[in-house]
Amino acid sequence: MNAATVAGSVVDPELPFVTLADLGIVRDVREGADGIVVTITPTYTGCPAMEAIRDDIVRALDEAGFGRAHVRTVLSPAWTTDWISESGKAKLAAAGIAPPGAAPRRTGGPVPLVLGGRSAAVTCPHCGHGETEQLAAFSATACKDLRRCPACREPFEHVKEI
Amino acid sequence: MSFDDAYEALTDHDDDTRWAYGTGFSDPLAGVPTAVPDGVDPADLVAYCLMLGDDALVMSHRLQQWVTRAPELEDEMALANIGLDLLGQARLLLTRAGEVEGTGRDEDALAYLREPAAFRHVRLAERLDDDFAHLIARLLVFSTWRLALLDRLTTSRDPILAAIGAKGVKEATYHREYAAGWVVRLGDGTDVSHTRMRAAVDGVEPLAGELFEPHQVELRLAAAGVGVDPATLRTEYDDVLAEVHRVATLPPPPPLQEGTGGRDGVHGPELVEILTEMQELARANPGGVW
Repeated sequence: MNAATVAGSVVDPELPFVTLADLGIVRDVREGADGIVVTITPTYTGCPAMEAIRDDIVRALDEAGFGRAHVRTVLSPAWTTDWISESGKAKLAAAGIAPPGAAPRRTGGPVPLVLGGRSAAVTCPHCGHGETEQLAAFSATACKDLRRCPACREPFEHVKEI
Repeated sequence: MSFDDAYEALTDHDDDTRWAYGTGFSDPLAGVPTAVPDGVDPADLVAYCLMLGDDALVMSHRLQQWVTRAPELEDEMALANIGLDLLGQARLLLTRAGEVEGTGRDEDALAYLREPAAFRHVRLAERLDDDFAHLIARLLVFSTWRLALLDRLTTSRDPILAAIGAKGVKEATYHREYAAGWVVRLGDGTDVSHTRMRAAVDGVEPLAGELFEPHQVELRLAAAGVGVDPATLRTEYDDVLAEVHRVATLPPPPPLQEGTGGRDGVHGPELVEILTEMQELARANPGGVW
């Protein structure tokens, strides 16, 4: 395995069934003058998992024989759920978390105000029903909302599009 | 490494960093280039980062005080998550302020070791909420204003401020949506909820005047293409609030009062109460880490 594969194979500390490569968090891995340099981007600015992710990358590369890696942060371009790979979305769904749809696109002007909840077109990861309702805009982590399926009555989390 | 479920990963820890995220918290701008743009007084950039950072830090502290006190568990989660987003923005901005200042103060020194008069946030951020409706009214005002501000910051000549703006817009969009949703739910709810929501917007919204009064630092940085003149945010703010009031069956927003000097360090006893709580541990254990 090369260093990029090792770094990308590190699992997310909050969602341990997806890797950093699945989530699009690892933006670049290269050989620097002073060892491997891994560039990552935070999902949300306050995401406390970033510290653990940084530690896990350093440890994984060290254990794979690449020595002491350096982890850099880039803030721009800002992370978007569109960077989650198709395999990452499939793994989220298999774990009972509805994957995000396409992130909203801005067409200039102020950020549009959304009242009365967002689209119901989130598929239930348990029974596949196509329309579900939002219970709460934030769930156990900032990146997910809490929803309920009217068909199978199961609650589930959904990764919000950003 | 593979796990059958999420809990297994959390309990299978062989080191402390996974379990306690607070251990080894490090510079959130690690590896990000930190040059100051041409033609900008570094002292202005420091002051500006403190203004926007303190807005987020103090508001974040007020939001987390609602955890265990909100009407429903889901709302405690929402308020905690909004507070966490703001804390993340504050960390980046205070770290940036410390780096540009160049005297060795990091985010912790700025958050935990400054006196009240050195804080530069708008006073709206420090207000104690009388009830949940007041909190929601304040969050609507704060997040509508901050979303408009962060959106304009995305074109800043300072790449770090532009990046913080771009990330923050995505977060603040959800903050505003949450607050606006509750204003509608309470305003267009029962007689009791309508009366209390109306009292809250009447009490809170006039305080927004200070949010649009430009400070000299903001004007200089806006002229340099680095900062935002808050007066330019007023139209967007007014449009959003008018629409939320309309849908919530509330009368149009009340007129705004003049500002109160928060950007120059003029604060009320409420900030002393916040800092007593926020800074207690750091001041009792100088240099302590965990």
